[in-house]
Amino acid sequence: MDTLDLLLDGFQNALTLENLMYAAIGVLLGTFVGVLPGIGPAMAVALLLPITYGLDVTQSLIMFAGIYYGGMYGGSTTSILLNTPGESASVMTAIEGNKMAKRGRAAQALATAAIGSFIAGTIGTLLVAFFTPTIAEQAVKIGAPSYFAIMLLSLVLVTSALGSSKIRGFVGLFMGLTIGLVGNDLSTGQARLTGGSLELANGIDIVVVAVGVFAMGEAMWTAAHLRRKPIDVIPTGQPFMGRDDWRRSWGPWLRGTALGFPFGAIPAGGAETPTFLSYITERKLAGRKGTKNEFGEGAIEGVAGPEAANNASAAGMFVPLLALGLPVTATAAVLIAALRTYGIQPGPTLLTDQPDLVWTLLASLLIGNTLLLVINLPLAPLWARLLRIPRPQLYAGILFFASLGAYSIDQDPFDLGLLVFFGGIGFAIRRFGIPVLPLILGVILGPLMEVKLREALDLSDGDLSGLFNEGLAIFIYALVVLAIVVPVVLGRLRRSQGVPAADVMEEVDR
Amino acid sequence: MSETSTRPPATVDKAQYGLSVALLLVGIYTIIDARGLTVGFGDPIGPRVFPYLIGTGMIVLAVLLAVATSRGDVAEAEAGEDVDLTSPADWVTVGKLVGILVLNLLLVNVLGWAITGAVLFAGCAWALGSRTLIRDVIVGAVLSVASWYFFWGLGVPLEPGILDGIL
Repeated sequence: MDTLDLLLDGFQNALTLENLMYAAIGVLLGTFVGVLPGIGPAMAVALLLPITYGLDVTQSLIMFAGIYYGGMYGGSTTSILLNTPGESASVMTAIEGNKMAKRGRAAQALATAAIGSFIAGTIGTLLVAFFTPTIAEQAVKIGAPSYFAIMLLSLVLVTSALGSSKIRGFVGLFMGLTIGLVGNDLSTGQARLTGGSLELANGIDIVVVAVGVFAMGEAMWTAAHLRRKPIDVIPTGQPFMGRDDWRRSWGPWLRGTALGFPFGAIPAGGAETPTFLSYITERKLAGRKGTKNEFGEGAIEGVAGPEAANNASAAGMFVPLLALGLPVTATAAVLIAALRTYGIQPGPTLLTDQPDLVWTLLASLLIGNTLLLVINLPLAPLWARLLRIPRPQLYAGILFFASLGAYSIDQDPFDLGLLVFFGGIGFAIRRFGIPVLPLILGVILGPLMEVKLREALDLSDGDLSGLFNEGLAIFIYALVVLAIVVPVVLGRLRRSQGVPAADVMEEVDR
Repeated sequence: MSETSTRPPATVDKAQYGLSVALLLVGIYTIIDARGLTVGFGDPIGPRVFPYLIGTGMIVLAVLLAVATSRGDVAEAEAGEDVDLTSPADWVTVGKLVGILVLNLLLVNVLGWAITGAVLFAGCAWALGSRTLIRDVIVGAVLSVASWYFFWGLGVPLEPGILDGIL
């Protein structure tokens, strides 16, 4: 197979002693940061972005792969050993995982999470390697109108998939789109929304936005509501699984992978939906078999499935990222920003322009995933101790590294001011329950959408029909309409059947 | 809606009106700002259309949010590992943190990152309730000096400030 050869070439690029070292450092740092409470994978990648500045593209990609999977794994450790999960993707893991830990089975929970993540990540990455070239080949033929429609669809899907309140999703999205407007207009060079400031002329660095909204916002928000009671961390030994645990885990791992990958590849809010579906599936299956249904008391299936789904969707994210240049999660948005600093613009032509880079990245993901298993199983007790870091020092550290990251971009104090500003926005969106993902995607996709919109309408000389002159575009607009209409209709049906609405918002959303 | 009328009027989230007003102003400013742009000949779309769309959308959302608020819509604040939503917001701590961050941005090019970084860490830890000031200053100094050398090693020299020549 062609793909296999290319992937082997990628391995040849990635597998030098020096590169393995970068992968190992990435995995360790990623896990370290990911384990820390309050830090999810997206924040881990954003915070650690500056340390790759001095490296060449290949090495920094390798390190990123390690940081990314390390951050994911660190998050699941936190949710098993603490009773509250850090990010939405770990909510399902926490339900059974924490109960297992309380029953003295923390070691088994961590083991099934780690091995499940490894299996799901490996299968997922291989699927990315096999799907991406085919999709990219088709995507090259997509014209500006369809491209615009695809981006619109992904924004609408992400915005309406997340949270209970659609109006808040759209508020987040439009905040992001407004932030994306700041800077000089790409084709005429006129300044927009800069208030005359030259420092804003080149636009706002997505890293500053991400670090501000994630790290600063989180630290400020936590500071305002800091839990003064000591937190309950469950100690753990070396992770291991008995024969019975293996027998019960492999099914959920594979089913979780099958659920996670496709959801990761479409803009549906990342791992939240597939982890939930995996949990429900395992719970139902455990009930049907009738044997040893431990759900509610710490079932290993309830950790194995969602964790695999989580990692498979993390891999699935790379399909739209590499084939279309389309980020569907916050982490993907930060990765795009990282690639841009090297002058690489992800898109359909990436695979033909820089095949070495893509295949090296995919090989690095597989290597990082393997290292994760090798390094982290023995280190789990050490990571668990990180959870006991005193909170004042922990959040002071987050603020320190966030400031360092923003300052190191240009050594410009102005970026520190922006960081505080976006920290304020991050605080506000947490206070008002506005989801972060639409905001971040708005910042990244807004400018891209404008380029495609103007390209399409320039060709038709301003006539709106220029947006609809491709069959694919019309089809996607139909999907956009469905994505907006179906939830509303379903909500109405539910109400007309006499089931009370969950909240008043649905009424307003019409 | 019969549901809203049965709720006590206390559920109206007044701060959310503030958010609506802020969004409204941002939307209006976006449109005003876009009006100042010039559209060249032969450019059918120009730089104005996209800001107009976004600004209009923002205004519509601001109004919808205000309507929802008046109907008793309450925000679901974000939970987290270390977040205790039962206590009221601690504005003093947040104020101290913002003060320290602003101090850092004002002084970083004068004193240098190695010094302001240490102050930043120790100050934030203090603001968050740590009472081991000497240890925090030492940890902060180690972090800031180490990060200065780390970036120097990467070929990204951070501001040395008054320690120029010593570091």
